[in-house]
Amino acid sequence: MNEAWDVVVVGAGPAGLAAATLLAEQQARVVLLDEQPAVGGQIYRGIERAAEHPSLLTALGPDYVYGATLAARFRASGAAYRPGSLVWQVTPGREVWFSADGSSHLVRADAVILATGAMERPVPLPGWTLPGVMTAGALQIMLKSSGVVPGEPFVVAGSGPLLFLLVQQYLAAGARPAAVLDTTARANEWRALRHLPEAVADRAGRRDLAKGLMMVAGLRRSGIPRYRHVSDIRIEGADAVTGIAFRSGTTQHRLATRLVALHEGVIPAQQMPRSIGCAFAWDAAQQCFAPVLDAWGNSSVDGVMIAGDAGGIGGARAAEHAGRLAAFEALRRLGRIDAARRDALATDDRRARQSQLAVRRFLDVLYAPRDAVLRPADDVVVCRCEEIAAGAVRDVVRQGCLGPNQAKAFLRAGMGPCQGRLCGPVVTELIAQARGVGQDEVGYYRIRSPLKPVTVGELAAMETE
Amino acid sequence: MGYDLIVIGGGLVGGAIAWGAATKGASVALLDQGDIAYRAARGNFGLVWVQSKGAGMPAYAHWTRTSSELWPDLAGAMAGATGVDVALRQPGGLAFCLSDEEMASRTALLHRMHNESGDIGTRMLGRDEVRAMVPGLGDRVVGASFCPIDGHANPLYLLRALHAALLQHDGAYLPGRTVDAIDAAPHSFTVRCGAERFTCEKLVIAAGLGSRDLAPMVGLSMPVTPLRGQILVTERLRPFLDYATHVIRQTAEGSVMLGDSQEDVGFDTATSATVMQDIAARNVAVFPALKDASIVRVWAALRVMSPDGFPIYEQSAQYPGAFATTCHSGVTLAGAHALALAPAILAGELPERFAPFSSRRFDVPSA
Amino acid sequence: MFRRLDATPGEIRFTFDGTEQIARPGDSVAVALLAAGEPSLRDTPVSGAPRAPYCMMGVCFDCLVEIDGVGNRPACLTPVAEGMQVRRQRGARGVL
Repeated sequence: MNEAWDVVVVGAGPAGLAAATLLAEQQARVVLLDEQPAVGGQIYRGIERAAEHPSLLTALGPDYVYGATLAARFRASGAAYRPGSLVWQVTPGREVWFSADGSSHLVRADAVILATGAMERPVPLPGWTLPGVMTAGALQIMLKSSGVVPGEPFVVAGSGPLLFLLVQQYLAAGARPAAVLDTTARANEWRALRHLPEAVADRAGRRDLAKGLMMVAGLRRSGIPRYRHVSDIRIEGADAVTGIAFRSGTTQHRLATRLVALHEGVIPAQQMPRSIGCAFAWDAAQQCFAPVLDAWGNSSVDGVMIAGDAGGIGGARAAEHAGRLAAFEALRRLGRIDAARRDALATDDRRARQSQLAVRRFLDVLYAPRDAVLRPADDVVVCRCEEIAAGAVRDVVRQGCLGPNQAKAFLRAGMGPCQGRLCGPVVTELIAQARGVGQDEVGYYRIRSPLKPVTVGELAAMETE
Repeated sequence: MGYDLIVIGGGLVGGAIAWGAATKGASVALLDQGDIAYRAARGNFGLVWVQSKGAGMPAYAHWTRTSSELWPDLAGAMAGATGVDVALRQPGGLAFCLSDEEMASRTALLHRMHNESGDIGTRMLGRDEVRAMVPGLGDRVVGASFCPIDGHANPLYLLRALHAALLQHDGAYLPGRTVDAIDAAPHSFTVRCGAERFTCEKLVIAAGLGSRDLAPMVGLSMPVTPLRGQILVTERLRPFLDYATHVIRQTAEGSVMLGDSQEDVGFDTATSATVMQDIAARNVAVFPALKDASIVRVWAALRVMSPDGFPIYEQSAQYPGAFATTCHSGVTLAGAHALALAPAILAGELPERFAPFSSRRFDVPSA
Repeated sequence: MFRRLDATPGEIRFTFDGTEQIARPGDSVAVALLAAGEPSLRDTPVSGAPRAPYCMMGVCFDCLVEIDGVGNRPACLTPVAEGMQVRRQRGARGVL
């Protein structure tokens, strides 16, 4: 398939679905590429299949069910859709290479919209590589896509809306965590109050706050032990998890368990935009790198737009509006509408997106991750693939290594199958800390294609014209 | 405060010379750029390759052989000083031929080198012989040239070890510096980097592609240009290939590096699908079973090429004490750079064997 | 360690290290194996340490298994299929 499209959209979460839907409805030639077998991204994962399981839908809640509307409208739009497609290269000239069914294909586009979403912030703790440690998002995926829940006592540890949502969904589904370890820092609770007025002033903000309060209230009602201000987490076990030790306030605890779910927020997925050469900047409020974008989602590379959480964490509803904004801009770029028309058409989505972001500052401050998670102790593994500990990174910095690319060359950190996705953020933080400079100055791994593993045979058989 | 020696360029050439000099008791500073720089040292295939080096320049053939012989000492010194295993293996090397024409031209090349620089045991292998040595070869491999002293090492670990070993010998590693200017006088140099000043009695320019602009500051000429090469790297695989080969090798960790390309694209370090396809196809022809292996990384780097591809070693006549050192085989020549060239530089004079490597050879007008 | 909310028996038969397992439509290989009670799916090529899926979304690559003779395939990105033969990934995969 060597095809030319008006727009290629990568990622079938809310931003990608909304963008592709709008473009197709406006008769643009658009194709949506996604690696999963069905639409929804992560937040609405399995939404179409879940429609056949009403009790599961009820447990997952109305915010998840909303995704069915997006999915249905996408299906009705007539947009071309290629599931099971792993995009492994996007060039600045907007050639998109993807692997599907064992062979690689090339499509070209006048505009590319990257809607590749977010990933969980890595949570490097002692013992985090043991079998039985998963992210909260991973457990949520198992619930959404297959109706699978833990069948024995398990512990949820971390901080952030997704963690509390998972617990709420589990309670509704009849799966009770043995304990919730809340790592939200006490100091954050006070600091976040300053941003409460901004959230309260907006209707969507009030709704989000109310949801959060209900989640906390539900957790309290459930009687599940909730430890607060948790720190010094150590996950125990030799070949698999056997327990979790931690401090809550000033008290040491230990719980026996074989399953631990970790969560410390989500951060933009960086690989694809970085590989194209999009400019990134450190977002101090969200403690992560985010691409530099204008109001429409244009990146620093002409014709490459980024929408949704990949452009900065804003949540599913904000992502949907960002997808539509990028689509309007793409239509302008294609010459279908002029800038004035674009601005007029986009008014509602711009306002709605702002509204959905009203609660953001409050959440960012409240759930800001602790130092120990961002910059773990020397003995903690930071590169899971190559099994490299934080101390090794600090060592090479002491020997003159200024940045992550030299560190990668010297340690093999970032050279494993995950291609630096999990260790990238932590390695940058460790170097910044060791050098006493900011994350922007340290920089990040140089990300190159292939963005996902491609076989030698598939590369050999590519038609490159 | 002045140094005995400043080396400009913290890559494999500069790193080897700096460490070699430091072990002889010189006070050494190694100036290096930042995390993102052209850094040919981080784009090296990793061969310690002798068999085809120096056709038309016997001095280079001999220099390469010297380095190959010195390499085990270098590897041992690195391990001893830093605990880093640079994974030197010298099991012999193969250059596969995929056609009768390639066999013929390879045979002619070896014959020429044998006549010019002597016999090091390199020989041609026919179809059956090469298959007896290397299981899994594809039908298109008609033969190979084999040299028993060829080998490979981990170029990144070598760089890491050289830097660490330099520190062990009280050398200074000064990264994040870009040289703006050099104030030169015989046996006295001031290197200016922004507001900083570094002084020394001896100066080595080993700045890769940056050498071109620095060399004239000290009366030297290093007319190097970039030549891009791309490499595909697989996931870790169970060991199946011990030998070094000229475009495919399996590292100590098990990943397989597939090369290569020679592209005249200026200073562009982007990778390209057409070259990836070309490299993949060629290597699948050599090892068909590789078609199922996954590529997890592709990178491109700029080789530092002199006009004839051979190294430049030269002392400045105008400013004695300043030396030019550049090559595109920083791994192969690391042994010689650290253990033979560095002492010569410290002694203040390059012996006669280095005369053919002077840049004056480029002044001879071509017929 | 895991259980299904829906008691409907599964219908997709596959094997893990030769032992028959049952999965449901929509399961990735990773979910199917976790739901079947497998504590870990691979041993790393670096140290031989056992690993199980961590992220379930194609980011961590800790869920690598051998599927139908091809090693290092991410189980969380691969839908389970009838007759699939899945094997534990023990260290580096072999191609030759």
